[in-house]
Amino acid sequence: MTSEYSNLTIQGYRRENGRVGVRNHVVILPLDDISNAACEAVANNIKGTMAIPHAYGRLQFGEDLDVHFRTIIGTGANPNVAACVVIGIEPSWTQKVVDGIAATGKPVQGFSIEQNGDLKTIMNASRAAKDMVHFASELQREECDLSELWISTKCGESDTTTGLGSCPTVGNMYDKLLPEGVYGFFGETSEITGAEHICQKRAINEEVGERWHKMWKSYQDDVIFAHQTDDLSDSQPTKGNIEGGLTTIEEKALGNLEKIGRTSKFIDILEPAEAPQSGKGLYFMDSSSAAAECVTLMAAGGAVVHTFPTGQGNVIGNPIVPVIKITANPRTIRTMSEHVDLDVSGILRREKTIDEAGDNLIEMIRRTANGRNTAAEALGHREFSMTKLYRSA
Amino acid sequence: MPIPQLLVHDHKDNVGVVVVEGLEANTDMLCCVTHDNSTFKMTSNAAVPIGHKVALKDLKTGDTAFKYGEDIGKITADVKKGDHLHTHNCKTKRW
Repeated sequence: MTSEYSNLTIQGYRRENGRVGVRNHVVILPLDDISNAACEAVANNIKGTMAIPHAYGRLQFGEDLDVHFRTIIGTGANPNVAACVVIGIEPSWTQKVVDGIAATGKPVQGFSIEQNGDLKTIMNASRAAKDMVHFASELQREECDLSELWISTKCGESDTTTGLGSCPTVGNMYDKLLPEGVYGFFGETSEITGAEHICQKRAINEEVGERWHKMWKSYQDDVIFAHQTDDLSDSQPTKGNIEGGLTTIEEKALGNLEKIGRTSKFIDILEPAEAPQSGKGLYFMDSSSAAAECVTLMAAGGAVVHTFPTGQGNVIGNPIVPVIKITANPRTIRTMSEHVDLDVSGILRREKTIDEAGDNLIEMIRRTANGRNTAAEALGHREFSMTKLYRSA
Repeated sequence: MPIPQLLVHDHKDNVGVVVVEGLEANTDMLCCVTHDNSTFKMTSNAAVPIGHKVALKDLKTGDTAFKYGEDIGKITADVKKGDHLHTHNCKTKRW
């Protein structure tokens, strides 16, 4: 079935594995925290590259280590990355990351510091990075279907206006674009608490719904109830949420779920940073509700554009994925306009319908995919936060 | 439609959201139910910040607050129609 959203195109980068990217980064990726300095030195040497420093990668084990590898490999493999240098302290885990990224077919090279030292590593990695910049800078954008985009969502600094305006705007976009074949990601496991009965019903079938509920409950039992001190009133809703008028987690969760619209159903559940395996459609990723952690995981899962509704004004960005900020709160637009890509406050004034706002967002996604820098990109927000499941050994 | 001061998600709701800055006490508010854009008038009893809620009817301790047509928590202190409704008189039922 065709609709007015069927033939929309964007100018994107067609990668070796067929996926479409909307940015063309050459990334210098540390395997572990102690390789950050070498990566930053390479990025300083070679213009047009970007280091992505982070805090972890040593003495992790089990599921926590799996999440770490998925996050690092997924970041390098993301179609917004043209080519990638990986630096780690030792060769074995470094090679594992290189192999994971190389599966996409893109140029990737690994370097390890032990027996070389920082300086020799930086010199060798800089030469590789320079070749990658020459390679990436000659790649051309080409016409691709909008439906080839993988679009994630997560809201932050929510208030009552997010449930009235910016979240339903994202939901309307998904209701229009998921039938065209985009991949969608939503998550924020802990923030569904209060609306879990409604979320479960949005699964494509009972089996997926039951798996979703098991995943949600295991977070409640193993993490929330195992570590809570009194109740969650100090962190859910957050102080910012309460300042914005949200009173209970139920109210917050109901507003949050507006992001998946009226008709969309999720087809599968993803582990943190896991890439979808079940074809096109909407996925729930088990993820933190902290903005930087969640967007980092979704980017590692393969999302190339992120839609971010905010009420009180979250400022987050991501190193490799453009984060589009949407708000309906007129006070936030008045006080923080430099962080806002799409103003949907007309919904609150009843001057704009949700349907019109959804079309406005689709247009902003197209412009962003075509190359428009988001507010977060222009302001240099490159938050990259690893999800840690438990203490390292 | 003139610009409303208060939006209500659903006809089942007993709370609405202030969507303008600087709302003063005793304002004769234009209220709009977003579900079908129907409107009604109501007076605010207090200066309520943008984004915060106002009770649409008298509520007693132990009553349930409804928003999006859903249970969002319990009333913990009696509330009059038009009062500011927030953490001082409403709380989750979970803990």
